[in-house]
Amino acid sequence: MRRLRWWFLAPSRTVMLLLFLAPLAIILAYSFESRGAYGGISLPWNIESYLRFGDPLYLAILWRSVWIAAVSTLGCLLLGFPLALYISRAGTRKNLFLSLVILPFWTSFLIRTYAWMFLLRDTGLVNTLLEKFGLIHNPLPLLYNDGAVVLGLVYSYLPFMVLPIYAALERLDVSLLEAAADLGARPWAALRHVTIPLCAPGIWAGAILVFIPCLGAYLTPDLLGGGKSVMVGNLIQNQFTTSRDWPFGSAISLALMAIVMLMLWASAKRSGENLL
Amino acid sequence: MRHKSAVSEPGAILELREVTKQFPTHRAVNRISLRVARGEFFSLLGPSGCGKTTTLRLVAGFEDPTSGEILLNGASIRHLKPYQRNVSTVFQNYALFPHLTVRENVEFGLRRRGENECARRVAEVLELVELAGKEARRPSEISGGERQRVALARSLVLAPDVLLLDEPLAALDPNLRKQVRAELKQIQRSVGITFLFVTHDQEEALAMSDRLAVMHAGELEQAGTPEDVYLRPRTRFVASFLGALNWIGEVGVRPEATRIARSEMEAGERARRATVTRSTFLGNCFHIEAQLENGQTVVAEVSRLAGPFATEESVLVWWRDEDELRFP
Amino acid sequence: MRQRGLVLSIYALGTYAFLHLPLLILAAFSFNQSRFTVWEGFSLRWYQAALHDAQLLEASWNSLIIALVATLFSTVIGTLCAYGLWKRTSRWLAGSLYLSLVTPEIVTGISLLAFYEWIFRYLRVQLGMHTVILAHISFSIAFVVIVVMARLGTMDGHLEEAALDLGANEWQAFRYVTLPLILSAVIAAALLAFTVSFDDYVITSLVAGVDSETLPMVIYAIARRGVNPVLNAISALIVFGFGSLILISERLRAR
Repeated sequence: MRRLRWWFLAPSRTVMLLLFLAPLAIILAYSFESRGAYGGISLPWNIESYLRFGDPLYLAILWRSVWIAAVSTLGCLLLGFPLALYISRAGTRKNLFLSLVILPFWTSFLIRTYAWMFLLRDTGLVNTLLEKFGLIHNPLPLLYNDGAVVLGLVYSYLPFMVLPIYAALERLDVSLLEAAADLGARPWAALRHVTIPLCAPGIWAGAILVFIPCLGAYLTPDLLGGGKSVMVGNLIQNQFTTSRDWPFGSAISLALMAIVMLMLWASAKRSGENLL
Repeated sequence: MRHKSAVSEPGAILELREVTKQFPTHRAVNRISLRVARGEFFSLLGPSGCGKTTTLRLVAGFEDPTSGEILLNGASIRHLKPYQRNVSTVFQNYALFPHLTVRENVEFGLRRRGENECARRVAEVLELVELAGKEARRPSEISGGERQRVALARSLVLAPDVLLLDEPLAALDPNLRKQVRAELKQIQRSVGITFLFVTHDQEEALAMSDRLAVMHAGELEQAGTPEDVYLRPRTRFVASFLGALNWIGEVGVRPEATRIARSEMEAGERARRATVTRSTFLGNCFHIEAQLENGQTVVAEVSRLAGPFATEESVLVWWRDEDELRFP
Repeated sequence: MRQRGLVLSIYALGTYAFLHLPLLILAAFSFNQSRFTVWEGFSLRWYQAALHDAQLLEASWNSLIIALVATLFSTVIGTLCAYGLWKRTSRWLAGSLYLSLVTPEIVTGISLLAFYEWIFRYLRVQLGMHTVILAHISFSIAFVVIVVMARLGTMDGHLEEAALDLGANEWQAFRYVTLPLILSAVIAAALLAFTVSFDDYVITSLVAGVDSETLPMVIYAIARRGVNPVLNAISALIVFGFGSLILISERLRAR
């Protein structure tokens, strides 16, 4: 039994070690080196790359990323909680409604982002319609700003919010709500004092699951934010391509990973269980 | 099949010597020794968590003993994998393969052995458990009782040295249970295979077993024939687990051996004064509850013919010498 | 109560519209005669243009090859891994799979790029299809493991014991009992891995070589220049293709 299990795990161990952990170790090493003359890497070991985080320019980008991720998470919560509540009360059509939430998530990320470019650009559907109904005379600048980025992120990661909240609502004991109603709680009061506190773990899990990918987003700010809305992901990409400053790019990557892991650790402590 | 050593006890097909199983959190089985004779119906009886299922799993090979020795036909099987041991298990939930038909379930073991006469042997064993005609059904398409018989057939077809049964009747509804009990015993008699039967139901164990062993907290308390263990329990636990017991002073007396008399003439030597506190008519007998002068309550099963007793009536509670159970 | 139910329904309907309308509108306009956002009649001209674009076809072919090979490997590796972890978990392996799932794509991409460049100092190879395929295998294993694990979690552990008990060795117990029972989940996982691999842009663009331009890379390049009706047609095709794969996958997972 033990021997078979070893053989079964060997391929995945090899792949994870070589193609995931080793690359992370490489950028860990790079982050302590310096940028070479032609964009390469050179010794000696130092922590210069990490010191550059203090630069107000980079602090501003980090802050902006956190802020955009937070607003997107809030947006997902505002749309996701009522939707999860609605699905949990849908009776026999629950699975269908749930699939309708998951389905767009698995269709191409790139194309879903592109769809918003199609809708929001100056000659896009939204502006065309508004002009047609005479509501505006000049197209609104809907695309290539922070608002478009937040919209794209909410659209992309909404399922991450809905699923854990729905799971929490499903675990909720219906008799508790009946008891609350029996004790004279009006529906809104029952929602506020019974439903929401009891599915707080689901809400937290959803918030973490949305916040993490939003913080590390690259494609959405790149396409919907144009050049203006730079987030951490774009900064990292830039260091590895245009600027060719790999040590600094590595250092930012590790800082991003550190934030992600810190959040996961905190949420695991909160709920006392792992997500996998 | 496997090499046999000369140390084998004549007649013992399965032997456990000082077997211990230590789990990280607790010791499930503590130095158990027992012998099961060839062709015997042997039960392991005890409350849940007493280690009886772990003992069964040790014999099947799903768990490795921490220490001790397990011998099958006199040869150690301690280091053999489950598929190398000629024992077979009927699981509590039957563990039938849901993707295979009844026939394929029964064939499974034979195919793994590469046997040729699959069809004939499968037909025979399905006949034995009265499942002929249901070969093409899937486990989800047959009843609970039928599933139990498929599980039995699947193991019996391999002609194991010992058949291990883990509470096979627990999942059946109570009405069916008594009937299946008789069928199981009948099948065991006709195939002559040794059964090691795990149960927490003392009535089941008493009714079916040639011999039984009572387990408690990982230890084997007593082994013997049903009469032996019921009439001459060696410990208080065995006595009270196998049936109701009255404590009169330091001795135990079973309710059916507890007698009630109106006068000293009727009572024997061992008698105590008591007052009837409740009398319940149960059809074939009366359940009489009486309080002794020292405050202890005793229950007596009294023949219907011995007549009703009124509450508050002063009586004598007596018992015969040989019905007395004494413990060290 | 009823009124509140109505409010909730309208809200949910609005959210569903938000989730689905953008792609539906995009798909509808892919049949538009005009290249502008004004409906001028039904036409398949953008589809024709897409199907006659050599660069698009080559990129689609590359994507297909990469996704098929990566799916094959990640499904096999991931299924074996899920089974091994189901038997007894391995902290660091489960942990690194989990971590690979939450690592931002851009970080996975640049770390792989840095790793490959480092290897290339010692080996005379270059970025190309092989580096893309390896990257895809690595990030899709975790998806496979999750789907297969979920199915294993619902399986009765006694079934394998019963198989061993009836004389099957460990491999036979897996081959004849466990694998048939999890097969639909394995196929679902493969379909999922395929879509994840076929769709990836961020990691792929970083580790691709000159000969390995994929469809998402071409789509990105076009989208970067602005909206293009040919791209609308490609999008509609991909959304339809992916949608079908995912629906099949969901069906199989629920079985």
